[in-house]
Amino acid sequence: MERKIILENIEVEGIRSLEVYRKNGGYTSIEKALKTMTPDDIVAEVKTSGLRGRGGAGFPTGMKWSFIDKKSGNPRYLVCNADESEPGTFKDRYLLMNIPHRLIEGMICSAYALGSNKAYIYVRGEFKTIIGILNEAIKESYKAGLLGKNILGSGYDLDLHVHSGAGAYICGEETALIESLEGKRGNPRLKPPFPAIKGLYGCPTVVNNVETLANIGWIVNNGGEEYAKIGIGRSTGTKLISACGNINNPGVYEIEMGLPVEEFIYSDKYCGGVKGGKELKAVIPGGSSVPILPKNLILKTAEGQPRLMSYESLSEGGFITGSMLGSGGFIVYDEDACIVRNTYNFSRFYHHESCGQCSPCREGTSWMESVLHRIENGEGKMKDIDLLVSIASKIEGNTICPLGDAAAWPVGAAIRHFRSEFEFHVENPEIVKNVKHGSLEKYKEVPVTTGE
Amino acid sequence: MFKVTIDNKSIEVEPGTTILQAARMIGGDVVPPAMCYHSELKNSGGKCRTCMVKVAQGSAADPRPMPKLVASCRTEVMDGMVVENLTSPQVVDARKAVVEFLLLNHPLDCPVCDQAGECDLQNLSYENGSNETRFEEEKRTYEKIDIGDLIQFHPNRCILCYRCVYAADQLTDNRVHGILYRGEKSEISTFIHQAIENDFSGNMIDVCPVGALTDKTFRFKNRVWFLKPMDAHRSCTKCKGEATIWFRGDEVYRVTGRKDTYGEVHDFICNECRFEKKSSADWVIEGPRKIASYSVINQNHYKNVVIPSVINPIKETME
Repeated sequence: MERKIILENIEVEGIRSLEVYRKNGGYTSIEKALKTMTPDDIVAEVKTSGLRGRGGAGFPTGMKWSFIDKKSGNPRYLVCNADESEPGTFKDRYLLMNIPHRLIEGMICSAYALGSNKAYIYVRGEFKTIIGILNEAIKESYKAGLLGKNILGSGYDLDLHVHSGAGAYICGEETALIESLEGKRGNPRLKPPFPAIKGLYGCPTVVNNVETLANIGWIVNNGGEEYAKIGIGRSTGTKLISACGNINNPGVYEIEMGLPVEEFIYSDKYCGGVKGGKELKAVIPGGSSVPILPKNLILKTAEGQPRLMSYESLSEGGFITGSMLGSGGFIVYDEDACIVRNTYNFSRFYHHESCGQCSPCREGTSWMESVLHRIENGEGKMKDIDLLVSIASKIEGNTICPLGDAAAWPVGAAIRHFRSEFEFHVENPEIVKNVKHGSLEKYKEVPVTTGE
Repeated sequence: MFKVTIDNKSIEVEPGTTILQAARMIGGDVVPPAMCYHSELKNSGGKCRTCMVKVAQGSAADPRPMPKLVASCRTEVMDGMVVENLTSPQVVDARKAVVEFLLLNHPLDCPVCDQAGECDLQNLSYENGSNETRFEEEKRTYEKIDIGDLIQFHPNRCILCYRCVYAADQLTDNRVHGILYRGEKSEISTFIHQAIENDFSGNMIDVCPVGALTDKTFRFKNRVWFLKPMDAHRSCTKCKGEATIWFRGDEVYRVTGRKDTYGEVHDFICNECRFEKKSSADWVIEGPRKIASYSVINQNHYKNVVIPSVINPIKETME
């Protein structure tokens, strides 16, 4: 089920430049949108398309747009969230790096639909090269009259700015992003009010992910109905998946929603199977925040149905036996991977990235990290495992923003599905202290003597 | 007017009232505790998560419950809203968890802490905490930071409620106070460790719910439960001049703003009143400050209170 919307023509040489992009059908949607459609038409098309936010939460984009407050008379802003920092997710980077005009085209249509005359791209600070690429692309678009005053003679004005983050994962949360964009410390805001009512500078704002906005051009050109035909059920369209971990072909793939997970992992068109012919152990299907699933549950649901790459199928079974599509950071672990070490690593990340505003996340993330560190280094106790479950459950749902949930889910899921591995770490401190990498499970059968 | 029901008790409040404010209007057990919220400080609240409640019914028009617990200090009531505080086991559980989180790195040095006896965290953990800890790691500690001659800053005790940041920001002219670093490593700091010199800086002591910011002119001089708070006023050009002065015998040990039942000061006082006027001659005494009957400050003090009408009321009430 190969279907390209966002990465169409990605193989064309020089597609990064406006000239080549336009030659290959780029920017036709602008003409159509500005000259033949009203803003409400576009919103209606996007609603029909069933497009859902690609940043992780999967909220219907058209609905998000319809929430924007048009009555207040305040200026409205469109902000593109390019602060992609989730471990395992690198789809937006690939898109921005190679085909930046796809985003700009989508943003012009979207800004027009929202009645916004100013739009921002908030780029992750570490993406230094991309900031250059985007600025270059925007410059080209201004020159060609696609941005600025009176775009293509339609009377519609739009200014697009690139804003660089300063290295904080939390600024990918939409309200922290807005704070950061305003020049403040990137602390998430309390909601409500939601950005659609009070966002950037207190004005109505829509924050969308790069991939979401990159779809809009196609939807304008081909209509929402056409888009809704792609995909499966309520997961319409295609999805960029950044595959990494122990696989033969890591990289970014555009897939049609509904592709079986098994095919995605083993087909040579995509991941190409587990590296070195090893056995698949587990997969995190949507970036580090979502629950890890063991082989049997990622290939098939608890009911025995094949698991598909879609919002619904991946979350089937709730968190007991399911996970989430999330941002599409597909991380594959082979039989030698150590789940405890991996969980510790994620925990360390969330501890480092917590903004420190609310107490459950600030204190809980650091606590989980230290307990996991203990277990990983052979100093854990049996009761630590239940302690971790308890801490995770107490952070989850009690924080201002979803970072607390994102920190708690991987820990809870790892223990849920791989408890024996945690117990092994506790029971065999000598092995744990001496073997840092790889699965310790295998030592269960062949006890290893460690040195003297 | 919006009708809101909290723990089966109903009240009608103005639109725009928060759940916490409505609960305080009802009073009693329905009031959720709050550590970071201060009604006089704009934008405060929402951070500590102690005041979280369950909204069982969003409003009369949309009766769906809210999916997560909400911070009552920052959530406005809707007409017909039904809120559960102590009646919801989920809320009680979450509050216990928050207390545990807040105490993880908080030193249990109450015996040597000036705030003991009037500490919000002490009260909170007494009511909602567990008497043992599951935390085996070493507590987070900081070097002492000098923020001037009048205020002692003890970062180890800080629970990062941000109240002092808002106070410094909203009461004083030049903002010199903020948060450094991120996450668990966050710390309250003045701009490059500068002294906070401002007429109203002393209010940061009053807004601090714990013993992180204490009065240097009062440190280690006395325990609050040995002192007797009296409401007093003086004419002051900088502030309203209405304060609480704390006596032991005839001696004034310290001056603070007037804290209400929820530990909030509504009339902030200036540094002159707070730090320089430490003689009963400077003040017109109004009478004993009303302290909640359960407060340790109240112990053994107000058994036979008479409204003072004589020249030296202090002596009489102390005896």
